[in-house]
Parts: sequence; C-alpha cells; structure tokens
Amino acid sequence: MSSSIRIQEKDFDVSAEIAALRKGDPRVGAVVTFLGTVRDMNDGSQVKGMTLEHYPGMTEKALQEILDQAATRWDLYKMLVIHRVGPLLPEDQIVLVVVTSAHRGEAFAACEFIMDYLKTAAPFWKKEETPEGARWVDARVADDAAMARWNKK
Amino acid sequence: MKLQLRFFASIREALGVSQESISIPESVKTIADLRVHLSERSGAWSEVLAQDKLLRCAFNQHMVDASTRLEDGAEVAFFPPVTGG
Repeated sequence: MSSSIRIQEKDFDVSAEIAALRKGDPRVGAVVTFLGTVRDMNDGSQVKGMTLEHYPGMTEKALQEILDQAATRWDLYKMLVIHRVGPLLPEDQIVLVVVTSAHRGEAFAACEFIMDYLKTAAPFWKKEETPEGARWVDARVADDAAMARWNKK
Repeated sequence: MKLQLRFFASIREALGVSQESISIPESVKTIADLRVHLSERSGAWSEVLAQDKLLRCAFNQHMVDASTRLEDGAEVAFFPPVTGG
C-alpha cells in the first residue's frame, strides 16, 4: 500500500491524477474518486468566494494518520489526497480523494471513510465572502455524526 | 517551561496573533490550565478563550483533548472546529 498527500494552491487535473495512480498496477480492479467543489450558496447566503487556511505540518500528519487507518481497515493498493488552500471561487475544485483496490466495495468504503475523517480531523478552515461580509464557516454537527458511525461495530 | 503557541482561523483573527513563544508558571500543567492562564490576559483573550467557546487544541501537531499534559518545548495550538473538504 502506498499513499500520497498534497496541499497546494494550484488546481489539479482529476483524469491525470487517476491515470498516474493506477498506471503500471494491473492488480487494480476498482478506482473510487471523490471530488469536492465550491458551492455558490451556504447557510442561506450567496458565496462569492472563499479562502482556505490550514495548519502546515499538522495537516500532512493528520491526513497521513487517516490514510494509515484506512489501510488497516481495507485491502487497498494506493491512496491519494489533494487539498487546495488559499483563495477559491464557486465551481473550483477543493479536494480530491482517489483510492485503488482490487474490488469496488473496499475502495468505496475507504474513500467515504477518508472524507468523513478529513472533515472532522484535518486542520482546514474556510472563510467565505458573502454579500453580508466575510465569515468563518461553522463546523457541522452532521460531519461529527458521519465520522462517529465508523466507530460503531 | 517554554512553549510555542499557534492560533488559527477565527481564533487567530480575534486575538490578532498567529504565534508566540511564552514561558509559563509551574502551576500550568495541562492544556486546560494553559487556556485558563491565557484567558486571564486583558483584551480579546478572556472572551476568545472563555470556557463556553468551542475550541480544539493540538499538542505537537496532533489533535488532543485539553487534559493533555504540557512538556517543555512543545507546540500548542488553539483553533475552532475544522471545516475543510
């Protein structure tokens, strides 16, 4: 199992990332991808743009711990997480998770697990620009619930 | 004991500080103690670090709970619940 993590301001090419991740690995029978993008509405306000802040050093460690946990739970070949930081606009790509495995069940579960943990354990913060001014996005209770269900047996 | 403090997002903005080095008295043993100690400062500190505010903390770049014991030279960060993804 191998994993890679990239935190970057620049955009990414989903097709190129998927191709690179599975290239030369004929064991792969399933590739599951999650792509998160910027919406133009949140909590009833129009979002003109946002800025993503993170905690350099801790971000990479937190994501690596999440990927290591996924690797112990499921049979996976490769994992990739790319998360953008800095200024972003509606429709922009924010986050990419790609998981390869022999079969889809493992890859689907691992991809969802990684996103659920990323949402609650990786130190990123969004600040939105709305017509009413700039505001920090509040954490969602639903995200905690989504993470908690992975701890139930 | 010396610590490196880091503050992020709304906490950083409200305090007007992103990082600082401090020496803490002997009586400050855990992250919870540190939060109380810092909240005794004047200005925004008491409000931003008040006990009823939902804060997360990290010790040497790992998310921990406030009962974590401090160690000399550690990096301690305070920030709001995360909102990435």
